[in-house]
Amino acid sequence: MPEKNKIVFQHFNFYYGTVMALKDVNLGIRPRQIFSILGPSRSGKTTLLKSTNRLTDLIFGMNHTGHIFIDDQEVYDSQMSLPELRRRVGMVFDLPTPLPLSIFENVAYGPRINGINQRQRLEEIVEKALRLAVLWEEVKDKLSSSALRLSGGQQQRLCIARVLALEPEVIMLDEPCSGLDPVSTASIEESLTKLKERYTIILVPHNIQQASRVADRVGFLLGGELVEEGPAYQIFTRPEDKRTEDYISGKFG
Amino acid sequence: MPFSRHTTQRLAKAVVWIAAFSTLAVMIWILFQVLREGLPLLTISFFLDSPRQMGRAGGIFSTIIGTLALTAVAIVIATPLGVGTAVYLREYTRESRVSRIIRFGTDCLAGVPSIIFGLFGFVFFVIYLRMGWSILSGGLTLAIMILPTIICTAEEAIKAIPPSYREVSFALGGTRWQTIAKVVLPNALPGIFTGVLLGVGRSVGETAAIILTAGSSLLMPTSLFSPIRTMSVHFYILAREGISMEMAYATGAALILLILAINTLANWFLFRRVRKIGGTAHA
Amino acid sequence: MFREKFLEKSFFLIALSSISLLALIAFFIFEEGTPLIWKVGFRSFLLGERWFPSQGSFGIFPMTVGSFLVTLGALIVGVPLGVACAVFLCELIPPAIGMVLRPMIQLLAAIPSVIYGFWGLIVLVPLIREYLGGPGLSVLAGSLVLGVMILPTIISISEDSLRALPRTFKEGALSLGATHWQTIWRVLLPAARSGIVASVILGMGRAVGETMAMIMILGNAVQMPHSILNSARTLTTNIGIEMGYASGDHRQALFATGVVLFFIIIGLNTLTLVISRKKGA
Repeated sequence: MPEKNKIVFQHFNFYYGTVMALKDVNLGIRPRQIFSILGPSRSGKTTLLKSTNRLTDLIFGMNHTGHIFIDDQEVYDSQMSLPELRRRVGMVFDLPTPLPLSIFENVAYGPRINGINQRQRLEEIVEKALRLAVLWEEVKDKLSSSALRLSGGQQQRLCIARVLALEPEVIMLDEPCSGLDPVSTASIEESLTKLKERYTIILVPHNIQQASRVADRVGFLLGGELVEEGPAYQIFTRPEDKRTEDYISGKFG
Repeated sequence: MPFSRHTTQRLAKAVVWIAAFSTLAVMIWILFQVLREGLPLLTISFFLDSPRQMGRAGGIFSTIIGTLALTAVAIVIATPLGVGTAVYLREYTRESRVSRIIRFGTDCLAGVPSIIFGLFGFVFFVIYLRMGWSILSGGLTLAIMILPTIICTAEEAIKAIPPSYREVSFALGGTRWQTIAKVVLPNALPGIFTGVLLGVGRSVGETAAIILTAGSSLLMPTSLFSPIRTMSVHFYILAREGISMEMAYATGAALILLILAINTLANWFLFRRVRKIGGTAHA
Repeated sequence: MFREKFLEKSFFLIALSSISLLALIAFFIFEEGTPLIWKVGFRSFLLGERWFPSQGSFGIFPMTVGSFLVTLGALIVGVPLGVACAVFLCELIPPAIGMVLRPMIQLLAAIPSVIYGFWGLIVLVPLIREYLGGPGLSVLAGSLVLGVMILPTIISISEDSLRALPRTFKEGALSLGATHWQTIWRVLLPAARSGIVASVILGMGRAVGETMAMIMILGNAVQMPHSILNSARTLTTNIGIEMGYASGDHRQALFATGVVLFFIIIGLNTLTLVISRKKGA
């Protein structure tokens, strides 16, 4: 019996002004798995992620119909606390975006704004997060140096650690490895495989191959519409929809 | 056409070069004139003595204090108002009717002649609010005068902060205010500081509005309600009343040096910050 | 949550400060000045040629003419020189030298007006008196000094407009065989016209509003200037000189002069707004 879905999209439509970015998305995301969203550019993948933690609220003129539930709680409920939501559903962006602070302060930023201020506690949290992001060994001796001096791959792992410091339930990653060298990409993919034991992960991969390496389930988004979704193995070998098949085999993208 | 195109060009460029050089020459002449006569007179005692005999002898100490006091009041009032306005325009709203009106008001304020500020300061602070000719009246008037400058530079500084910083803060659960306080403002501080320096420079050079609101007493001020004379007012009075050309030159030289120092500091700061931002772009 | 709303409202109130202050200033100036304009009569105030406060005559026409002449003279001096310098900075020198000169010009813009006035008094006025006659303290002296004072404004804004032009303008003209100067004169300057005009209007605003330097070198005779060698007063110097000892009607008349100035400045600002809207919002 499959576990109850962690996140559920129900007839979810999303508009930027009059432009429809997501059309009638119905999707259930299983807990403690890696769900990968595939699709050509501009098909709505980033919008799907950002509407889940309501970063889209920052955009003027946006609108939605339908529902998103996390653990049966309506995400768009007016009572939902945004900081709380974003603590539970963390996001890593496509370009590494370290804040102009030290490595320690970067990771501690999230806990600090959520009220944790005692030095001891923060040190514990930062170490734990950096270990989970497989970055601790490399930076433990220079925690107070500027985060801007790290390499691209390290910066991106720092961004993952930043999210982990909040002890989220869900981690969303939007093309986290774009611009990274293969070694860094491999180490991030390895981290993800370990992280899924504790967290639900939604990944927009850099390319199809990445999805085939790490994803448990895959969904194909085209023009805002969720064409098909299912176990990774099934989607990659026996997709039901012709459009999915065309995309996977590289006929467009 | 009597000349060929190339002769025309040579002539025209020569004219432009002459124009540019003469402009620069006149401007340097103006500074030079005062500095040449005045610099030798700038002794330590000049700065530390108070004026005697209506300024014919002694130094300019009380006017230095006056300048500092007035500028300090102006900065303390104008900076929070200016930065707050910039924060509102950049962080809490987008381009809309309201923001356009605010900007129009700021632009108009920037164009009001200083004598009008003087009239306003006189009728409002000195008379209506009964503050009399005082550091407070002058400082508050100055604050209104430098407000547009601070708003403008603060806005530029805030605008320069990458949107991704804000997005990261929100994604980690930060509220709008937390993002402003912890990410935006700390990083905008150097730019804001430059604006403050520019405001200081403007305050130091201002004369018309100050005469009408802070008075022209040569005595050392005892409180915020004391009238005082600033260096630029002192310079003006010395020159116009013909009290002492020597003292005028010296005061003028001191004034020029002060302004040059403030502006060079502001420029250096700006230069440093531009270089720093260039160096932190990440792949 | 409440704290966020409270902070947003607070910032909004702070942001209203500049307009509120502008309104406050306008209110008080008008409140002090307009009663006198009605009392003396609109036409008699604006067009009257006699300013004798002790006798109750408040005609500001000579001062208006003075402001007009001095501003015009300043523009005649400042605009050609300023635009020439802008062209110089932008087109005729290597960028490295420009980077040194530009801060220098900004520095000069920060020099207080009293210093300019002082120089005018010490250097220009005696020169004019000796070689051209008259008291030296004259409209000519005022125009020259004012022209120099508005130069940094015109230079920096005109230069910004020139630099903002797309490179294709210059490259296109040159590749059609135009000389450098032809490109500047026939293509770049016309294209930067709106920016240059904006700088001129801004310069006009500064010129009209200048007080201290003008008090020092215009001579302050309350008469209609018939030649540029005459002494004169401007609307601003009139206020600046007499405010120290004016009272009653006299003081109100000075505020009324302020009202006139206010309108002139608002007019110039609106002009700038209209022109920039035309340019292509």
